[in-house]
Amino acid sequence: MAYDKFTVLKSTAVPLPIENVDTDQIIPARFLKATERVGFGDNLFRDWRYNPDNTPKADFVLNNPVYSGKILVGGKNFGSGSSREHAAWAIYDYGFRCVVSSFFADIFRNNCLNIGVLPVQVSAEFLEKIFNAIFANPQTELEINLSEQTITLLATGESESFDISSYKKDNMSNGFDDIDYLQNIKGEIQEFASKLPF
Amino acid sequence: MSKTLFDKVWDAHVVRSIEGGPDVLFIDRHLIHEVTSPVAFLGLKTRGIPVLYPERTFATADHNTPTINQHLPVADPLSANQLKALEENAGAYGIRHWGLGHQKNGIVHVVGPENGITQPGATIVCGDSHTSTHGAFGAIAFGIGTSEVEMVLSTQCIMQPKPKKMRINITGSLSKGVTPKDVALFIISKLTTSGATGYFVEYAGEVFESMSMEGRMTVCNLSIEMGARGGMIAPDETTFNYIKGREFTPKGEAWDKAMAYWQTLKTDADATFDKEFTYDGSSIEPMITYGTNPGMGMGISNNIPTAQELDGGVATYEKSLNYMGFHEGESMIGKKVDYVFVGSCTNGRIEDFRAFASIVKGKKKADDVTVWLVPGSHVVEAQIKEEGLLDVLTEAGFSLRQPGCSACLAMNDDKVPAGKYAVSTSNRNFEGRQGPGARTMLASPLVAAAAAVTGVVTDPRTLIQ
Repeated sequence: MAYDKFTVLKSTAVPLPIENVDTDQIIPARFLKATERVGFGDNLFRDWRYNPDNTPKADFVLNNPVYSGKILVGGKNFGSGSSREHAAWAIYDYGFRCVVSSFFADIFRNNCLNIGVLPVQVSAEFLEKIFNAIFANPQTELEINLSEQTITLLATGESESFDISSYKKDNMSNGFDDIDYLQNIKGEIQEFASKLPF
Repeated sequence: MSKTLFDKVWDAHVVRSIEGGPDVLFIDRHLIHEVTSPVAFLGLKTRGIPVLYPERTFATADHNTPTINQHLPVADPLSANQLKALEENAGAYGIRHWGLGHQKNGIVHVVGPENGITQPGATIVCGDSHTSTHGAFGAIAFGIGTSEVEMVLSTQCIMQPKPKKMRINITGSLSKGVTPKDVALFIISKLTTSGATGYFVEYAGEVFESMSMEGRMTVCNLSIEMGARGGMIAPDETTFNYIKGREFTPKGEAWDKAMAYWQTLKTDADATFDKEFTYDGSSIEPMITYGTNPGMGMGISNNIPTAQELDGGVATYEKSLNYMGFHEGESMIGKKVDYVFVGSCTNGRIEDFRAFASIVKGKKKADDVTVWLVPGSHVVEAQIKEEGLLDVLTEAGFSLRQPGCSACLAMNDDKVPAGKYAVSTSNRNFEGRQGPGARTMLASPLVAAAAAVTGVVTDPRTLIQ
């Protein structure tokens, strides 16, 4: 699935300082019935965002017009639980291009990387700083530079570097995905398969 | 060089390693279901590429299926549409498909082992996080996203960095009334839901050596709930006896050849792990969760921990107790239960129904509890009848539903209403997991049975004859 190239992202951010945000909260199971990858953003954080009668919950951050931007900042262990890629689609479809947390669940992180959402893992201390800065001033901008692998709080210039494999970095910067890569080595895969002893 | 069980299986499947990147890992068996595969097939169509090895993929409908009247057309048009898409995609690409009504239909992680698709030393993936179940056979098995489902369909490979290695040893033996589910919930309560993130776990020690295959599946199933990519147990006589003669297991000479290989699949004595934990099996008691993630569990006779006893995360803990309507420091014993669910890929196998029946035998279902007993597959359903368990259940006032994931994730009609309490043998107690507003307490089939006959949270040890 092709996606937008990711180079440098400068944006305000939406804060969600909750730990262990699981994928069932990001997109509840009852919204997984589609057979196409469209429209999931409408149901992003559905049960935290809306009352049962579909009126918005005023105290949920996505309903607070003060906060906006292409970056979602979450608490520790973001994306735990289900392997549903729909969670990452919902985040992308809503308009986020980057999720920042001090810790990501494995499959969620992979899913994000595969569909063009950059997961940026920062230290617990830096995460705290980001939250504090956004709460003090919702217009606070963050800059995420993929080639430099840095995340910067623009107001203060405070910065931290983040990890990403050079392979994934390449993919994200060019909008490529793993299938493009694997298609090119199909011959090698078939030869490998023919020699499997089991 | 000495290797762990995990190294042996992983290394045998690496097509190539990318410098500064992931390994290209060959996948032996791919399981698909109706929810996470349609967009992957759409991707194949868009790119105009075929399925490389259709015989290595197996399709079954489970997440979105009704558990009553499966002979009728599926009422929900969206669910029906997904089931139809799976059938059509499987047909178009030559993939074996066990749809609704097929005698082999059932939950993907139940039917895999049942039919001998799951074998030692194999790499197995599925667009479902509980694929870790299959590690019980000494396979490397884990959940993947839909983009990866498309990858496996088109190239039979995925690209993954090799995880770190963890070993969890449980020594000694389990006490009366303590089941594999309790062992798993105990471990998760110790490690938390992120304690094994980045790791692949090997379970070792006497408790696992003496555990049945179905019990091992329950434990490996829950590996994902502590963040692990997967869990595995070295194959042994228990494993080989379980898989012998099943439809897709090797036969004759091929069996002997496979056995020669499978017997090498154990961690070398001097191999090392990145992290190791050891617990005493006799210290584990029947478990129950009180919060909104599987790490928030405790021995059933304990009290809910207080905020003071926690190591951080107080805000999340308070949000969680508030959702559940529980208070710090209180006992769970005697709490009213509205719903009981026995089933799911965690506890929907025959042993789970035997355990449930052993408690309810000669008793009556509590009047105001709704009980959903959902076998993991048609094979399990048939076993329940053949073994006379259905008679036991019927006499006690229970009835059996038809196979599927059901109230584990409530994609079908089996939803626990908002505010109601459920004791569930499933794998996740997340907010709204069993229906918007539902309050879930995870537990073993024995604890579920005790709740089903008493109507309140009850220590099953008080009911064991």
